[in-house]
Amino acid sequence: MLAQEFMRHALVTGSAVGIACGLVGWFVVLRAQVFAGDALSHVAFTGALAAAALGVDLRAGLFGATILGGVAIGGLGERARADDTVIGTLFAWTLGLGVLFLALFTTNGSATNGAAGVRVLFGSIFGLSTADVRTSVVLAAVAVAILAAIARPLLYASLDAGVAAAQGVPVRSLGLVFLALVGLVAAEATQAVGALLLLGLLAAPAGAAHRLTARPWAGLCLSGGFALASVWVGLTLAYVFPMVPPSTVIVSTAVAIYAAAMSLPSLGRLTRVNP
Amino acid sequence: MPTSAVFTGLDWHPVHDARELVAYPFMQHALAAGTIVAVTAGVVGWFMVLRRQSFAGHTLSLTAFTGASAAGLAGVPVIAGYYLACGAGAVALAAASGSRRSLSRESAATGSVQALALALGFLFISLYHGLLSDLDSLLFGTFLGVTRDQVLVLLLVAAPTLALVAVAARPLLYASVDPDVAGAAGIRVRLLGLGFLLVLGISVAETAQITGALLVFALLVTPAAAAHRITARPVAGVAVSVALALAVTWTGLALAYFSVYPVGFWITSVAFAVYVVARAAT
Repeated sequence: MLAQEFMRHALVTGSAVGIACGLVGWFVVLRAQVFAGDALSHVAFTGALAAAALGVDLRAGLFGATILGGVAIGGLGERARADDTVIGTLFAWTLGLGVLFLALFTTNGSATNGAAGVRVLFGSIFGLSTADVRTSVVLAAVAVAILAAIARPLLYASLDAGVAAAQGVPVRSLGLVFLALVGLVAAEATQAVGALLLLGLLAAPAGAAHRLTARPWAGLCLSGGFALASVWVGLTLAYVFPMVPPSTVIVSTAVAIYAAAMSLPSLGRLTRVNP
Repeated sequence: MPTSAVFTGLDWHPVHDARELVAYPFMQHALAAGTIVAVTAGVVGWFMVLRRQSFAGHTLSLTAFTGASAAGLAGVPVIAGYYLACGAGAVALAAASGSRRSLSRESAATGSVQALALALGFLFISLYHGLLSDLDSLLFGTFLGVTRDQVLVLLLVAAPTLALVAVAARPLLYASVDPDVAGAAGIRVRLLGLGFLLVLGISVAETAQITGALLVFALLVTPAAAAHRITARPVAGVAVSVALALAVTWTGLALAYFSVYPVGFWITSVAFAVYVVARAAT
């Protein structure tokens, strides 16, 4: 399996995406912002199609749109935590724009380009070039580094925004930076598992980790580990059964881990620490 | 792009254009279906926004895609797939999110259900080896192929759904505004929650047939969100929500008929414009 170049590329990129999604996802679930992640995944779709319709680099559209989208979602809400109605309204329209770009793109471009929409929606992890792999690893490292830099104040602000603000933690700008970070990770994951499925890597491993432990660092490690395991198991199964699309297996594995964690008795009560 | 290139079908004569809009059976069916869908989405969407369940609504709308693709693979009617999948999705959401006590737990559960639904949908599409254009219309809708039978089925499903909401409206409102007090007063909050998710699932399955799975959400959330900004009174709010949903659907269908761009783009854009105006005006 490892002799195949496309498989090595998929494993390296998948691991980078998995770790970034798992770590950022832990905070997304803690802050109850999975819906914002969902919205950003759809913004990624529109951004990529806009870039395709306008003839600029796909990746520029992808990252530009999601990072801007993250800041917009944060800016609209109180304390950079937008309520779900505002998010829903905004991204319903974003999707509509995506449809327009898809129509423009498929009428202007050649017929073979019709597959681009599907690629953006569902990913193409087995079709990555060496340059793609390098970019994804660098971006994942950047995302993890930013997260590590803001992790402590972000944790404080997420658990008790009022007290954190009184102590001088910049709660609002932290929220904005965090949503921009979610945007970055969303764009990164779109290239691997597609815009529609990245929620599986963002929410499911983190949800399982939150269920199993209330300790922040243990939770982060578990979440990253679960996401990584989902990617590896998913890619292996997709290699063995070529009928099944890789993104489906990756996400199904992540959800299976989540379901298993939910059926276990909570360890949180045993290991809960009082902050 | 000049307006004349976008609206190729329009000859800028109001009476003549309006007559042309309803001249063909396919357009009559589309308008009738759009009307039924808009009324249902307006009413149910109002409660969805009140209960802050937009995420659940969006997840159910993506379940519709799974249902349609599964029906395509199994060779059963697509409509059956829509209703079955959305019903199953509602039950799964209710089971996974538990008692709605913890916001972060509910959000992770909803996200996981959604991811699984989409992953399965993509699997069915890949196994089916269908045409890409099929996938596009599943996701983004089409109003060209609405048949008379489809309109009848829509009506037959929408009427009891709305009647159910009307019967349960009072306790549902109570349970949505203050679940703890409602529970203490003897209202079965959890049962109502499950019932509402099922109603939401049915509405989504209806709407998805016209707007496609990805755009259902625009009709559910946007007119309702605008209505909540305009008035806080329940009856007036539901009325405004329905009126806006109807206006959005009719305008969107008309614009799509006369223009070269897809109906999904027009409906979402008109809806968003309405919301922006409501937000600016209040």
